[in-house]
Amino acid sequence: MTDASINTQVQDGDAQFGDFVALLKPRVMSLVVFTAAVGLIAAPGHVHPFVAFCAILFIALGGGASGALNMWYDADIDAVMKRTSRRPIPTGRVTPGDALALGLALSGFSVVMLGLAANWLAAALLAFTIFFYAVIYTMWLKRWTPQNIVIGGAAGAFPPMIGWAVATGGVSVESVLMFALTFMWTPPHFWALALFMNSDYEKAGVPMLTVTHGRKSTRRHVFVYTLLLAPVALAIGFTPIGGLVYLTVAVILNALFIKGAWDILRRDETTAEADTYGVEKRFFALSLLYLFLHFGAILAEAALKPWGLGGW
Amino acid sequence: MFFRDEHEVHTRKRSLNRGVGLVLAAFVALIFGLTVVKVSNIDFSEVPVAGQEASE
Repeated sequence: MTDASINTQVQDGDAQFGDFVALLKPRVMSLVVFTAAVGLIAAPGHVHPFVAFCAILFIALGGGASGALNMWYDADIDAVMKRTSRRPIPTGRVTPGDALALGLALSGFSVVMLGLAANWLAAALLAFTIFFYAVIYTMWLKRWTPQNIVIGGAAGAFPPMIGWAVATGGVSVESVLMFALTFMWTPPHFWALALFMNSDYEKAGVPMLTVTHGRKSTRRHVFVYTLLLAPVALAIGFTPIGGLVYLTVAVILNALFIKGAWDILRRDETTAEADTYGVEKRFFALSLLYLFLHFGAILAEAALKPWGLGGW
Repeated sequence: MFFRDEHEVHTRKRSLNRGVGLVLAAFVALIFGLTVVKVSNIDFSEVPVAGQEASE
């Protein structure tokens, strides 16, 4: 027996447990968990804490499943882009077949378990979310239209609506507005990222707005969508899940966000390149805080209600 | 050297096996917990008693 007969290199599919966890996009899952939990907690009606925990877990798993399906289908794009080239499939740690199997199995599992633990409307919404992200966005829109982010953003916007459906068994103005908040927030968030990651999308052949219409047009789009986002964010403040705390947070954040988008609109590429896209990067960081604090404020309103505070 | 290399391969596999084992154990605990919660929340006063409908 020679040394050549033993291969200790990482083989195709020689994955560790963490590689399968990475397939589920844990950072995206954390956003899904947070917004779904806020939707569930802010909703009227009582859900047993353990059922609520399980429901959030199954929603997160559904989000993870769509992430695995996205990584399976987009492995060719991921291999080209610097940001995604270390993912488990491009590096060969997980085989595409294993990723597909995990994605499909978790999709079915999460939907059925959410239906059994909570209700079938919530399960149907989760199934539609997975379908929308994996098929409509990943397989169709992403490689076809520069509006991919706009329409595809719906997939990331469903979790608070699902959380609400878990608690109430229905859909209401409040849950639709929480959906609209994330939906309208997605384009400026991703286009700001695309402004300083443009070369990557170009290399991968993804028709990101910066590639197809140029950066000047993208800057205009960021500004317009930021303006359209503001009334949606403020409208939540006047519903039963809003209140003074939420409205104060929303007014401040939207003023800052519009100011940031205005700064992006006014800049030309020479100025942006000179400070290595500092304004665009700060706007992107603010966008993360924007969504977190809006949902945090909804949560705060719900938490204050038992003490007679919160709400109107 | 030879055996240590082989051991590293086993370490990677063991990590995966342990992870899957823990996930399965957590799943069993989850189903058990859900069952307890669901059963204890049933309002038995609304559940028809066997034979009651026939006698009414």
